[in-house]
Amino acid sequence: MANWVPLWLHRLSSPPVFYRFAGAVRPWALGLALLLGGVALYGGLFIAPADYQQGDAYRIIFIHVPSAWMSLFIYGVMAVAAFIGLVWRIKLAETVAMESAPVGAAFTLITLVTGSLWGKPMWGTWWTWDARLTSELVLLFIYLGIVGLYHSFEDRRQGARAASFLVLVGAVNVPIVHFSVNWWNTLHQGSTVRLLGPSHIDASMLWPLLTMMAATKLYYVASLFARVRADFIVAESGKGWVRDLALNTPGNDAA
Amino acid sequence: MTPGSTPAACAALLRRDLTLAWRRRGDIAMPVLYAVIVATLFPFALGPEPALLARIAGGVVLVTVVLAILLSLDNLFRGDIEDGSMELLMLAPQPLALLVGVKILAHWIVSSLPLIVVAPLLASMLKLPAPAMPVLVATLALATPLLCLLGAILVALTAGSRRSGMLLALMLLPLCVPVVIFAAGAVAAAQDGLPWVAPVAWLGAGLVLALVLAPLACAAALRIAMDS
Repeated sequence: MANWVPLWLHRLSSPPVFYRFAGAVRPWALGLALLLGGVALYGGLFIAPADYQQGDAYRIIFIHVPSAWMSLFIYGVMAVAAFIGLVWRIKLAETVAMESAPVGAAFTLITLVTGSLWGKPMWGTWWTWDARLTSELVLLFIYLGIVGLYHSFEDRRQGARAASFLVLVGAVNVPIVHFSVNWWNTLHQGSTVRLLGPSHIDASMLWPLLTMMAATKLYYVASLFARVRADFIVAESGKGWVRDLALNTPGNDAA
Repeated sequence: MTPGSTPAACAALLRRDLTLAWRRRGDIAMPVLYAVIVATLFPFALGPEPALLARIAGGVVLVTVVLAILLSLDNLFRGDIEDGSMELLMLAPQPLALLVGVKILAHWIVSSLPLIVVAPLLASMLKLPAPAMPVLVATLALATPLLCLLGAILVALTAGSRRSGMLLALMLLPLCVPVVIFAAGAVAAAQDGLPWVAPVAWLGAGLVLALVLAPLACAAALRIAMDS
């Protein structure tokens, strides 16, 4: 069994190597994300039929649902990266965890905003203390806390480690919040509102949704890689490879 | 107790923290004063109608106590970090998690016990019905140590940073949501004459979990924050 995979991963975790790798991957990811996003939007806004009950208003799910998935998916990626960064002290993992947080916060905010835009015509209110809405809001606060903690330290790596720890605390907390909020809501009053169940959905509406999901994933990769590149440049500004990059020394093929 | 043994070290640390707190008695009164002021503002803002006040009394007292604890949390480790005794605690032969747990216990005695004592007074000012009063005290007795333990992790994380005041509030909010839900749920259930044991039992379960895990997490966070 060839052990090139771990060797390649090990090499990749070095900042200059990852900088070049991310620079090569990023335009492709961004281009594919825009392409798939455009296709999904066209499919969702023009091809998919209107809902028999909600009319055209349901079409916001093509933004809302993929964003909601991403807000949880990015937290998962962040938690894994934070764990790896804390245990093995790999700089790449710490940076990935820290630079994922603003992207995740953005997706969470998009989820909340589109949800409330949809809620106004459907439920007649911008905001309701539904269990899922509340959990999503708490998730946004966790993201913001992580970003704030990371930036409150003088030393970046120390800040990254402290914030990574907060990521893990939050990972334990998110299920507890979701469970307790569910309990809270059922205690006081039966909620009359339910979000759209993705399982009862027609194929003509499903494919734009799945395409948009792929587009948001690719956009996350592109955005994350750009952020990690910028972070590496700042963190390693005293190192030789950044100096070569800045002075554009010949023989350096970094993009 | 033989000097230098783990129980002796814990007792000495507890005695030291309590003595230090007693030397600055004015600071102990501050969270209580804050809670009284906040609770007093509510009738002014909402009107003195007893039915309305009775409806919100439990929640207002709980939120007030949470805010008062949040304010007092900021100086849980600060003095020790500034004068260097935190380094000594970290170098001590006793496990850091245990010593940190003792410090949290001392902080709970200093900051939260007075709040629990004053909470029935605040609740009766807000016309909380008498049958709900013991439930309120019971939930506070479980919720305040839980909040202190959870908050201590976050305080430890911010120990190495310069600015922490608002950041601490932002980080504590997600952690205290379940605590507030269960505590307020128990009081509201007692007020409506419903069974209130389940949420109190959940609070107790959370407290047991936090008692075991939070000092360990707090010690790990302190090692990260002091590592420079």
